[in-house]
Amino acid sequence: MIPEDDVLTESGVALRGHGRILLIACGALAHEVLALKRMNGWDHMDLQCLPANLHLYPARITAEVARVVGEVRADYEQVFVLYADCGTGGLLFARCKELGVEMLQGPHCYSFFEGNAGFLERSETEFTAFYLTDFLVRQFDAFVWRPMGLDRHPQLRDLYFGNYTKLVYQAQTNDPALDAKAEDCARRLGLAYERRFTGYGDLAIEMTRMAGA
Amino acid sequence: MADDEIILSELSDDELVLQMHDDLYDGLKEEIEEAVNLLIARGWAPYDALTKALVAGMTIVGADFRDGILFVPEVLLAANAMKGGMAILKPLLIATGAPRMGKMVIGTVKGDIHDIGKNLVGMMMEGAGFEVRDLGINNSVEKYLAALEEEKPDILGMSALLTTTMPYMKVVIDTMKEKGMRDDYIVLVGGAPLNEEFSRAIGADAYCRDAAVAVETAKAYVARKHNRPNV
Repeated sequence: MIPEDDVLTESGVALRGHGRILLIACGALAHEVLALKRMNGWDHMDLQCLPANLHLYPARITAEVARVVGEVRADYEQVFVLYADCGTGGLLFARCKELGVEMLQGPHCYSFFEGNAGFLERSETEFTAFYLTDFLVRQFDAFVWRPMGLDRHPQLRDLYFGNYTKLVYQAQTNDPALDAKAEDCARRLGLAYERRFTGYGDLAIEMTRMAGA
Repeated sequence: MADDEIILSELSDDELVLQMHDDLYDGLKEEIEEAVNLLIARGWAPYDALTKALVAGMTIVGADFRDGILFVPEVLLAANAMKGGMAILKPLLIATGAPRMGKMVIGTVKGDIHDIGKNLVGMMMEGAGFEVRDLGINNSVEKYLAALEEEKPDILGMSALLTTTMPYMKVVIDTMKEKGMRDDYIVLVGGAPLNEEFSRAIGADAYCRDAAVAVETAKAYVARKHNRPNV
């Protein structure tokens, strides 16, 4: 069962079965994590997603992840955190280290979907790009348009996006409908559009390692 | 005309200032510009118009932002309204020799194009009587150092929004140390992913979590610097 995007954004979801490993993930990664689990037959890994809209308040992410780790730890042999730094300025990494749980490498999902090494290299020249993933394209209004007040104050658009030059849609899947929606997001933001297929990038590599733990 | 429409020119000075606080809160730029012109026409000193009307109004906005009552879009609209008022007052402040608190060079670090927070800080610093040279976005260490050399400010302010770009602040500070000029400046840093610990680790003087804190921190450090005996 794949939860609705609104649920993943607003409240998160616990898909806990009888696995011995629990993945605590950002709701924005649920589709990709479930796809990888299904493709690889990783039935020994359960998934609990925190609401993706925690990203609107990155200062809350660390405490929330730590709270859930504390709640579930006794129920599983291994717990992994499927968050990157996500704007916590290293605090999530430090907290996970204290708790003895591993998390994903990299600054954001934009980075690990492309592959952290390549993303870092490209960041020297591509820092005027605004990135969207499959989930963020689907939830563009919930994550970008409404929280930035662009539904109520469209005149703010260039204050937010005036320094950006293009929107890069990092596609995890090949879906023409999402491609069209992403292009429309670029138009609404007044940015050039580029689609870049990434697949699951470093997420697949990291999950493979975790599955073998 | 609606019965409840407020005619700014019919308000007393005290009422007008309170109305300006409301209009700033609501991001009404044209109303703020009209009110600033009214205060000046009534003989107000530009510095009083700035501090009692605009800065006091933005202080309320800043407090409500900090307390989670207002959010970024509303703060931006308020700042835009204040900017309208500031544009009228700025030449008058220069002409009338308003008090100067000090000078700041501010900019977003290399590889980072985010400037909303930096612009808010710059504006609030100007409102507090600081002269501000804004270097804009994507600043290399060379550009920061050239501006320090040129402007001889009291304060260097650096901003970053990205986890990947915030370490560049250390590059700038380390270069200042190598050149023996670090202690000539107060270095303030800010940006969403930063924190006190990071600020300490890179050798900045202080981390400022928002524009209001930046102003208060700058004032405190400048006062301390000016009180320092020459040894």
